[in-house]
Amino acid sequence: MSEFRKTNAGRRKFLQDGAAVGGAVALAGLLPSVAMAQGAGKIKLGLMLPYSGTYGQIGVGITNAFKLAIEENGGKLGGRDIEYVTLDDESEPSKAADNANRLVNRDKVDVLVGTVHSGVQMGMVKIARESGVLHIIPNAGVAAATTGLCAPNIFRTSFANAQPAYPMGKIAVDKGIKNVVTLAWRYGAGEESVEGFKDNFVKHGGRIVKDLWLPFPNVEFQALLTEIASLKPDGVFVFFAGGGAAKFLRDWQAAGLKGKITLMGAGFLTDGVLEAVGGAAEGIETTLHYGDGIETPKNKAFRLAFAKAYKMQPDVYAVQGYDAGLLLVAGMRAVKGDIRRKKEIIAAMEKVEIDSPRGKWRMSAAHNPIQDIYLRKVVGLENKVIGVAQRALDYPPASLCKMPPH
Amino acid sequence: MGSRKLRIVVMLACLAALALLPFVAEKFYVQLFTKMLIMGIFAMSLDLLIGYAGLVSFGHAAYFGVAGYVLALISPQYAAASLWTTLPVAMGVSALLALVIGALVLRTSGIYFIMVTLAFSQMLFYLFHDTKIAGGTDGIYVYVRPAADILGWKPFDLENVAHLYLVVLALFAGVFVLLRTMLGSLFGRVIEGIRINEHRMRSLGYPTFRYKLACFVISGALAGLAGYLAAIQFGFVNPDMLGWHVSGLVMMMVILGGMGTLIGPAVGAMAMMLLELALQSLPEFGGVNFGKHWQLFMGSFIVLVALLLPYGLIGLLRARGQAGGGNGHG
Amino acid sequence: MSFETFLIQLLNGVQYGLLLFLVASGLTLVFGIMGVINLAHGSFYMIGAYLAWSLSERLGNLWAAIAVGVVLAVLLGMLLEWLLIKKLYARDHLYQVLLTYGLILVFEELRSVIWGDDVHGVQVPSMLAASIPLTETLSYPVVRLWISVVCLVLAVGMYLLIQRTRIGMMIRAGASNREMIQSLGINIQLLYRIVFALGIALAAFAGMISAPVSSVFPGMGNQVLIICFVVVVIGGIGSVKGAMVAAILIGLVDTFGKVLHVELGGVKLLPELAGMTVYLLMAVVLVWRPVGIFGRRL
Repeated sequence: MSEFRKTNAGRRKFLQDGAAVGGAVALAGLLPSVAMAQGAGKIKLGLMLPYSGTYGQIGVGITNAFKLAIEENGGKLGGRDIEYVTLDDESEPSKAADNANRLVNRDKVDVLVGTVHSGVQMGMVKIARESGVLHIIPNAGVAAATTGLCAPNIFRTSFANAQPAYPMGKIAVDKGIKNVVTLAWRYGAGEESVEGFKDNFVKHGGRIVKDLWLPFPNVEFQALLTEIASLKPDGVFVFFAGGGAAKFLRDWQAAGLKGKITLMGAGFLTDGVLEAVGGAAEGIETTLHYGDGIETPKNKAFRLAFAKAYKMQPDVYAVQGYDAGLLLVAGMRAVKGDIRRKKEIIAAMEKVEIDSPRGKWRMSAAHNPIQDIYLRKVVGLENKVIGVAQRALDYPPASLCKMPPH
Repeated sequence: MGSRKLRIVVMLACLAALALLPFVAEKFYVQLFTKMLIMGIFAMSLDLLIGYAGLVSFGHAAYFGVAGYVLALISPQYAAASLWTTLPVAMGVSALLALVIGALVLRTSGIYFIMVTLAFSQMLFYLFHDTKIAGGTDGIYVYVRPAADILGWKPFDLENVAHLYLVVLALFAGVFVLLRTMLGSLFGRVIEGIRINEHRMRSLGYPTFRYKLACFVISGALAGLAGYLAAIQFGFVNPDMLGWHVSGLVMMMVILGGMGTLIGPAVGAMAMMLLELALQSLPEFGGVNFGKHWQLFMGSFIVLVALLLPYGLIGLLRARGQAGGGNGHG
Repeated sequence: MSFETFLIQLLNGVQYGLLLFLVASGLTLVFGIMGVINLAHGSFYMIGAYLAWSLSERLGNLWAAIAVGVVLAVLLGMLLEWLLIKKLYARDHLYQVLLTYGLILVFEELRSVIWGDDVHGVQVPSMLAASIPLTETLSYPVVRLWISVVCLVLAVGMYLLIQRTRIGMMIRAGASNREMIQSLGINIQLLYRIVFALGIALAAFAGMISAPVSSVFPGMGNQVLIICFVVVVIGGIGSVKGAMVAAILIGLVDTFGKVLHVELGGVKLLPELAGMTVYLLMAVVLVWRPVGIFGRRL
């Protein structure tokens, strides 16, 4: 290093030069991206999903399945090639509107697909409503997206948070469970899931002893498990998903509660976590719109194709992502790829019957799936479907959505 | 003095250039600059405390977030509130909060002051995060931006991206001029005197506690202005707006830009946001997605600035002897 | 709440507190003796946890992973002190805050590059995998008891180190008057390096032993950091004894805050506002005694 560099003046000059370079780099980042011609050229699909944190694996699974659906249908949408723009939303609601805005207004995506976390979803829904961009939700079950904030350009191929939990309420009563403690993360998905269970459970004569909450994504269950043990209810209904669910199941077993109190939950509790928890989940029954052992040709073909392409087994999240791909394919096929004919795309998406691995289903008037909810039991490493908890469930009812004529 | 006039000319030129932005740039960039100016106001409000009064507040996000929440809570759900009523109310609540908290925390000093300001902002964070007062962790939305109507006349429409930008720019300039004037007056001299040696100021007869409290309240009110504008811009408030990450981030912007210079923190705010955007666009190289790991570079950049630039970024542009508004912190 | 439930919750609270103590003690030593605010302290807790996870998979068992991990952490601490931290001693606290904040970002991203962003569990070693039945419904995991015991052993070890050894004497002297020990000819540079490495190692070790019960996830460092600062401030900067008292206090307040029911005039205070309790505690302590329970005016 030259002697000059070591002096204060030299150091300042070095930094000034560096700042100049840095400024140039910063300006380069500002260069507007070239706007795509909308009629021809590639279709830009914006995938805003979690690729890190507690829901990271789910984001990957959805992306893989979505691409698989498109590949199986010729690899194009309505005859046009596809360009993917992915963004890790980190399950952070505070960055949601910013991130969605970047995809829609800077990167100018034609379709916005995402996400997993309900809080993040609200930000995306807001941007989708403001911009009118076609928006497909492959997971987040926040009720508002298909009730209070529903819109013609917003579709969901997954579920509403309360939907899978609802049938469990009656099943609990049928099992002879009279009083229940609920425990969930205190955020949209947790609250709505618990609400769905309580609605049906209380309607059929059950009693809720207490509602316990934990901030999302906190996994320190110890104090609350102690509390539950002291309350001695017949059953406990929980909502946890992803990494948090795995930890809960292990802690539940370590606290000696397994087998003494019936643990119930929507299927997210035991989906995708069975390898991590060993035997801690054995025998637990859950309700969900998918499960292992659905013996239809479509499901078998899907599972084979997915495992072959991605060397991992698909789960409910993958099915939802796959269906999102199928939905988009159907919509774009109707207009032969011309994304500008949005009204017709929407009409096609509303009418189509999705031939899904979970079974055939259609959109409700609120653009949420009307689907069968299965009862499953954990056997080994599988969530075995042992029956149908409720058929063709439209919950929360589509009447809660007031969509303008379109 | 020649250099002072030069500085004013340069700043006016920059202001003019910024005012022209909506006519030459795309919507996304106008929105980006709006956000940068809002953070600039936030950073300047904190500089008043850190750079001039020597009060290192680690809980400044509280006043920022509360104003945003006030807007969200008093706005009707699907109609526009009035700008002229909601803005003073939001700033007023922030100022009141700063008055109450300030009266308590200004009893401590040094590292304890830093921590107790953090404590109060965390308490507010949990208040909004854990209760249903305002939507809990999921936050609440401001669906329609406030309207600026006065008796039927509409001077500007905040739903228009360019209008919002120009209003924010005007407010930014206004806050800057206000703070400059305030700090150039007797009040400003007393504040700096308190920072340098409080005992001496007290022995000279100045009620130092009251001066510090006044500073704290003004700073809180201006942070509230920034928070209100931020809530308007993205129409969404959630508890993270009050969180320690935001407090930490704005503190970084102040120190990075150069404390005690007022324009430094504003520049620091803009630099950090521009840098974030540029780094996020980095391509993939050798199997590592540099754009995804942009914080690696941001963090390294911050470490380098801390080591090499005692006067922050603005120190690069000034020779050490000419630090007009600067105060030799280091 | 029945008496036996109360006792169990007490146990939960103390266990959490002991773990906090382990992490916070390093922070208070670095802060008190070196006068350096290290925001990246929480990152070492995270690094410890990730090391425990990845090394235990590679080496086959947790014990080996912890042994290797501690050595690595000490080396990392010494390297960091030599490279960056020692340039901060003369600087204003704010620049320490800025630099270590930058380090937080760097460590988070390095962790992301090296180990990825997924959430992981660490297998509880088979000899600790049992649970002791305490009531007819509740059992207590042995591994949690083990963690508490380890923390206590280390606490005693630190007490002995600080009160009964030469180095401890230097540390105590440094905490009360830094300039004085320098002028007494003690190799302050070496002392600082050892203290820093010790502080880092404690945080990393805490991350390692708690990994089986806490999960290993991105952002775990930031969560623990803020609570540690509260512990240090309540206990008094530079006081290890204070850190212990404060940590236990916080562990109890946090645990009971989540399960007690307190209403005031129809407004539900607990457990709704459980998150606020720790900060409220800090504010109350600082108003009563601004330097913390065992702190001295700096």
